[in-house]
Amino acid sequence: MSDATTSGRLAHHFESLEQQHESALLGMWAFLAQEVMFFGGLFTCYVVYRNLYHDAFVEGSHHLDVFLGTVNTAVLIGSSLTIALGVRSAQLGRPRATAGFIGATIALALVFFGIKSVEYWAKYEHGLIPGLAWHPEPGASPQLGIFFGLYFVMTGMHALHMLIGLGLMVVVGWRALRGRYGPDNFIGVEVLGLYWHFVDLVWIFLFPLLYLLGRHAH
Amino acid sequence: MSVPGAATARTAEPSNYLNAEYSIKSWFLTLDHKRIGLLYLAGLTFFFTLGGLFAVLIRLELLTPEGDLFQSETYNKLFTMHGIFMVFFFLLPSIPAVLGNFFLPLMIGARDLAFPKLNLLSWYIYMVGGLFTLYAMVAGGVDTGWTFYTPYSSVYANSHVIAAALGIFISGFSSILTGVNFIATIHTMRAPGLTWFRMPLFVWAHYATSLIMVLGTPVIAITIVLVAIERLFGVGIFDPAKGGDPILFQHLFWFYSHPAVYIMILPGMGVISEIVACFSRKRIFGYHIIAMSSLAIAVLGFLVWGHHMFVSGQSIYAGILFSLLSMLVAIPSAIKVFNWTATLYRGSIRFDTPMLYTLGFIGLFTIGGLTGIFLASLAVDVHVHDTYFIVAHFHYVMVGGMVMAYLGGLHFYWPKMFGRLYPETLAKIAAVMIFVGFNLTFFPQFLLGYLGMPRRYHAYPEEFQVLNVLSTAGASILGLGFALPMGYLIWSLFRGKPAGNNPWGASGLEWQTQSPPISHNFDEVPIVTEEAYAYDTLRPPAAASPEQEEVLHV
Repeated sequence: MSDATTSGRLAHHFESLEQQHESALLGMWAFLAQEVMFFGGLFTCYVVYRNLYHDAFVEGSHHLDVFLGTVNTAVLIGSSLTIALGVRSAQLGRPRATAGFIGATIALALVFFGIKSVEYWAKYEHGLIPGLAWHPEPGASPQLGIFFGLYFVMTGMHALHMLIGLGLMVVVGWRALRGRYGPDNFIGVEVLGLYWHFVDLVWIFLFPLLYLLGRHAH
Repeated sequence: MSVPGAATARTAEPSNYLNAEYSIKSWFLTLDHKRIGLLYLAGLTFFFTLGGLFAVLIRLELLTPEGDLFQSETYNKLFTMHGIFMVFFFLLPSIPAVLGNFFLPLMIGARDLAFPKLNLLSWYIYMVGGLFTLYAMVAGGVDTGWTFYTPYSSVYANSHVIAAALGIFISGFSSILTGVNFIATIHTMRAPGLTWFRMPLFVWAHYATSLIMVLGTPVIAITIVLVAIERLFGVGIFDPAKGGDPILFQHLFWFYSHPAVYIMILPGMGVISEIVACFSRKRIFGYHIIAMSSLAIAVLGFLVWGHHMFVSGQSIYAGILFSLLSMLVAIPSAIKVFNWTATLYRGSIRFDTPMLYTLGFIGLFTIGGLTGIFLASLAVDVHVHDTYFIVAHFHYVMVGGMVMAYLGGLHFYWPKMFGRLYPETLAKIAAVMIFVGFNLTFFPQFLLGYLGMPRRYHAYPEEFQVLNVLSTAGASILGLGFALPMGYLIWSLFRGKPAGNNPWGASGLEWQTQSPPISHNFDEVPIVTEEAYAYDTLRPPAAASPEQEEVLHV
């Protein structure tokens, strides 16, 4: 039973590698459906409050650093490319290239975290973190707190998902180096890739909603 | 099969999942879906007992009109903890986690669920979530009601909301992972020949349940996170003083918590379909439409949450729409009840214990369901909103329906799980006690609610006392009825008569393997050549009572 554990080889309860791959793939898609609903709750809150407090949300967007946000978007899209190349290398049976591309993805994720920390720090300095450091300029819209509350929960949840992805990438990258994956056996990398693309996709929605929408209005 | 460690094996019992290994590690790190099912059974029984104890205290307080046993604040905590433990740690996992875990792979001819490690992880997540909630209870309890309505829960409550909420948040992931596991298993691991429309209805019901688990649970997860953040940082998302909207919380909460009701009842309906066919010795009536009605309930379940909010101030047009949609759910539910009844018609019915629970389920679920239609009607709902009418309604569905199905299923599958028979007469007595006790407890509450007694108060006007005393008396009978199976089922593990592989003469792959099943379920992957419930071609059990059945298998 223990060989059912970590190796990508055929686990005892499956009939064929094909069946095992199909299960893992379907399992990850079902899990991602769950993720869509999880973030869906947050996006619903965003839509409701943006609709109620349009001006506060426009004001909030002006406090965000569009340049850093844009750079981070590019970084994340780049990481989606590197993980896709990693999946392709695994399919072609190139363990070192697989590990290399996963390493590159990790590096890009770390760059994202670095830039995000700079942004969070700026919010702290400007007193725009509800509950921790909240002293917005006089005359600020009274519902600015809701915007920043949502901003931190949404980007924070996204960052949490990236952290989990980072942990998975360390494990899968290590296994790739050890030669666990091959042309008929790359499901571990593929499933990781799916997850990572999803995390990127969340950011692709967060970025325009939080940073860009309504900036031209004032 | 060789018996491992022949010196330690005192009897000549063939190797099975129970005696394959004995170490503590072999239980707590097991990847066998059957052992994980039993781990869940232990956890669930613990939380059910705990929730039951709170119910006892509630009924004791309500024996008299004055608030003489508990202060109102303590009483608030009692019904909150009763609700939280029963809903999140017993009803939601109950049948899927125990019987689903154990029997889903057996029923589809698989050796395990698709992701055994994920399965074990989900049990640990469930237990950690439970322990957090236990901590909240020991540290002083929660008084918000199991619904955690804002802004009371997020701003004003002085009890341990965050710890309890965190416990529920954590245990939600156990539900999600179970759902993911079931979906992948049902899609990819069916035995050769087991097409979708040959699957037992138990499997269909679990498939529909898993869809709700995967698509509904994450919404309550993020909602609970928002409540906790609101409490910690005062962001104001649900606080009207800062521009937040408490009604938004109710929308998000019920978007999950109404479908959650179907997470609780659908697996029960699956169990009932199995038992009805087996003890009527008939092919189930309307197989396809029962299977589809499970999916219909799962889908419609996501469109009716607003019927919990008729008096919340939501738009009257939304109210009308939610009212109509809620009534639609009655259609697939009624389809099931009619089909079970039609299966009974001209069947060779045997009144064994599982069948008693099943007949109880059909009657009580019908009452629970029909009163649901009363509540879906806007005008009636405004009259009985937040009264004991609601309490009686959902207990008819949850206890009269779900708990009956759970106990029926447990009795039906017990001989397969442990290879032992329970004492049939005692079990029948317990089933009747539960039925009588249940009705005596909750029927008076319909009357109380209709007369206007509000829920969640520890004191009430004197004219309601007679009905409340009846209810408390019923609860004592109900409690005894629940205690009996706990006793004789454990007794049967050691002293019960050997059950044989198929004591009920039931169809289905799970009955073709040994009792208790071997660790990898089947020596050879079975090949399915016929529909489920082929009772017209199946030999009925020769013996009238299952006790004599073993003779057949010796």
